[in-house]
Amino acid sequence: MSDTIEIARNTLLAPASLSEQDLDRVMDQLLTSQIDTADLYFQASRLESWVLEDGIIRDGNYNIEQGVGVRAISGEKTGFAYTDEIALPSLLEAGRTARAIARAGADGKTRLSRTTPPRQLYAPINPLETMSEEEKITLLRKLDAEARKQDPRVQQVIASLVAAHDVIMVAASDGTLSGDVRPLVRCNVHVIVEADGRREQGSSGGGARQGFQFFIDEDRALEYAREAVRQALVNLEAEAAPAGTMTVVLGSGWPGILLHEAIGHGLEGDFNRKGTSAFAGRIGEKVAASGCTVVDDGTLPGRRGSLSIDDEGTPSECTTLIEDGLLKAYMQDKHNAHLMGTHSTGNGRRESYAHLPLPRMTNTYMLPGQHDPGEIIASVKNGLYAVNFGGGQVDITSGKFVFSASEAYLIENGKVTRPVRGATLIGSGPEVLTEVSMIGNDLALDAGVGTCGKEGQSVPVGVGQPTLRIDNLTVGGTNA
Amino acid sequence: MSEQNQMTTRQAQLEQMVHDLLKEAKQLGASSAEAAVSSDSGLSINVRKGDVETIEHTRDQGLGITVYFDKRKGSASTSDFKPEAIKDTVRAACNIARYTNEDPYTGLADANRMATELPDLDLYHPWDITPEAAIELGITCEAAALELDNRISNTEGAGINSHSGLHVYGNSHGFIGGYPSSRHSLSCSVIGEQDGAMQRDYWYTVGRKSTELEDATAVGREAGERTLARLGSRKISTRQTPVIFRSDIAGGLLRNLVGAISGSSLYRKASFLLDHLGKPIFPDHIQIQENPLIPGGLGSASFDSEGVATYDKQIIRDGVLETYLLGSYSARKLGMQSTANAGGTHNLSITPGEHNLEGLLKEMGNGLLITEMMGQGVNMVTGDYSRGAAGFWVENGEIQFPVEEITIAGNLKQMFAQLLAVGNDEERRSNIRTGSLLIEQMTVAGD
Ligand SMILES: [Zn+2]
Repeated sequence: MSDTIEIARNTLLAPASLSEQDLDRVMDQLLTSQIDTADLYFQASRLESWVLEDGIIRDGNYNIEQGVGVRAISGEKTGFAYTDEIALPSLLEAGRTARAIARAGADGKTRLSRTTPPRQLYAPINPLETMSEEEKITLLRKLDAEARKQDPRVQQVIASLVAAHDVIMVAASDGTLSGDVRPLVRCNVHVIVEADGRREQGSSGGGARQGFQFFIDEDRALEYAREAVRQALVNLEAEAAPAGTMTVVLGSGWPGILLHEAIGHGLEGDFNRKGTSAFAGRIGEKVAASGCTVVDDGTLPGRRGSLSIDDEGTPSECTTLIEDGLLKAYMQDKHNAHLMGTHSTGNGRRESYAHLPLPRMTNTYMLPGQHDPGEIIASVKNGLYAVNFGGGQVDITSGKFVFSASEAYLIENGKVTRPVRGATLIGSGPEVLTEVSMIGNDLALDAGVGTCGKEGQSVPVGVGQPTLRIDNLTVGGTNA
Repeated sequence: MSEQNQMTTRQAQLEQMVHDLLKEAKQLGASSAEAAVSSDSGLSINVRKGDVETIEHTRDQGLGITVYFDKRKGSASTSDFKPEAIKDTVRAACNIARYTNEDPYTGLADANRMATELPDLDLYHPWDITPEAAIELGITCEAAALELDNRISNTEGAGINSHSGLHVYGNSHGFIGGYPSSRHSLSCSVIGEQDGAMQRDYWYTVGRKSTELEDATAVGREAGERTLARLGSRKISTRQTPVIFRSDIAGGLLRNLVGAISGSSLYRKASFLLDHLGKPIFPDHIQIQENPLIPGGLGSASFDSEGVATYDKQIIRDGVLETYLLGSYSARKLGMQSTANAGGTHNLSITPGEHNLEGLLKEMGNGLLITEMMGQGVNMVTGDYSRGAAGFWVENGEIQFPVEEITIAGNLKQMFAQLLAVGNDEERRSNIRTGSLLIEQMTVAGD
């Protein structure tokens, strides 16, 4: 396998005739005031998207981005500047701007040494080139046909294919010099169905850090088309959802967005260093029922949320956040880890060179338990079974979180009965997992569709969980 | 050179880039093309616990080109302004157009709709604040919140943002237009603690001119007051109740309206307001309009993202839907005319009623005042609405206690029809201006 740092160097430094000595020079300039640490983040990315609508390939877009971000840290203070011009003068200028965060001080010296990541979790390919334009278009047409042939009530099909090729390089004053080549593909099918004047929608998709072949393998893309139609038709029959606090059974896989919102954000290092999270200072406390173990795992090969190295050059890890109900650890980047006297867990991520790194999740999921999913549903007299979700949100300070079901059913006398309309579920992060009374043996990860937003920055993430029974959760239907 | 002169020179450069992009597209065989170029720079500072936390110097630029080979379309964009990168970008767009299908509805907006007058809308007022002065302002702002009450236990700090930039758009009809604009803001967010439970709230001020910003002390104090008001929040039981959306979050409902009457939702049949043109969707006392040419307005623009001249329009007159919001593509698909809303709306407002928030609370009597919404639980196809909320329980027009961890649910079509009153407490910090909105009845889910 080719060396990612070599690819990164050829893509990012060579065209600007920049050498590693030049980077040393920029770093030395950065460290000539009271700067504790500094880093440079080079990035070149290509993004391509295709959209089918009304049976035709309606639109395509190609985006070219490149630039370098320069960060200088002095104690708790951070200075940041960036430039879209990868060249020595712009780098030195950005460096002067960033280091102004500290006004006077001593000299520093760095020598960068190449650090090789322990393993590559995805091939350093350009996914845009893994299929010809003709093949991409043919695939979209097949998705349209597949969706329409499922049911005559299908009125509209919107299918999209997106590929991103991201080459990054990190040079930091702790000696880090690492590169990564990150492929990412995504496919989505959205349908509108209509019957007797009532309309509904359904949506399904997936993605991975792979080439487009991912969608051909196992007929994945065709399955998205079938699944979008199935969801829409279920919703066409749905009745008003119940309102109030009740027992909720969450399906496996994507409903793991529960963990991302209820637990994940509140365990990010920055909020806990500042004491603004409802989980701050609670390491070692019981925050979940016995049997609940939750990890953030950036090391899963090829997954959307995975990273060989994070955006600070730290190899990703599998961090146990909650073990058998007890809070074990926070997710850290270098800055917050340093200030909290611990080490980075490989969770330092940024949307691009034009954004500052923050502690962010990768793939967050709960490990499986003992129960058969059928047994979990049979145990509920009356409640809600929610299997598909849209987005979610959390207030990390009060701990209150929401996530919105897009496919849900009533459970009546231990049986899944009628579908109900979408409803938002609301709960309290530090309490919700203490209400988990049964954990399924069917751990599944999502299909590769998650995007997380924090402080205006979006990054791809994954979630997962086994089927879970939660004894008390508030369901926001209209049927009071 | 003065700041104004620099901007004029920079604008000429960006206009030249647009010309070059269009010329390059023509040379590569495109029958028509459109291009947009923007450049923006600014300063973002965050202050926390009386000291600077981050200083970010932002400098963003981007260009985008869309080419048409008769009825086939391709687009590309880049942040790289080097001549060879610009050529690569146009080539990429042309390459895309080789593979897209003929679409009878695609193309530039009609030539006779291009803006011919480009009035100065007074949108550009740079703020020559130094990082040191901005830090001082942030410290003052945060301190006002922290010293308010000893229950204010922690802080996320105060933020100062100042950005200004240029945007230029042109197309092969010969239209070219551009203007500089600025935007400055000051915000503060603090945390309070009572009986072991934390709450956070914030306040901010925003303007095209720095002189329009509220006083830093007032911003900090308001953030602190809002946080204190939330301490002791509790859940309420599940019930049907009238609801007031406080003006600072009520714009969300109007954004839902905009989404539902936008061309792309309509031609996809993905709107709960399909086929509602000319029909009453609000009570007859409701008026909603768009006024794109307000000098200094946060949403002002003299042309839309296709160069079409913007104009004042009544969207809801006496409760009746008078117009959809269309760009040229969706207009052609629907057999209608563009309403100069490609890229969105410009200064939408709902005419204020006679009461302030206090008056609205009295009118409601018993019910829920909502001050925060969470999540995205809105189905635009059906209008089904279910979102997380926080606010205050109100009895006999008086606030009783703060409420959290509840949802409110209903259907947007019914909620619009049940819009009993609009407050005169107009939220002016947004492209959408509205007072608080009183809705007759929604379902609250709680204990
Ligand atoms: Zn998130």
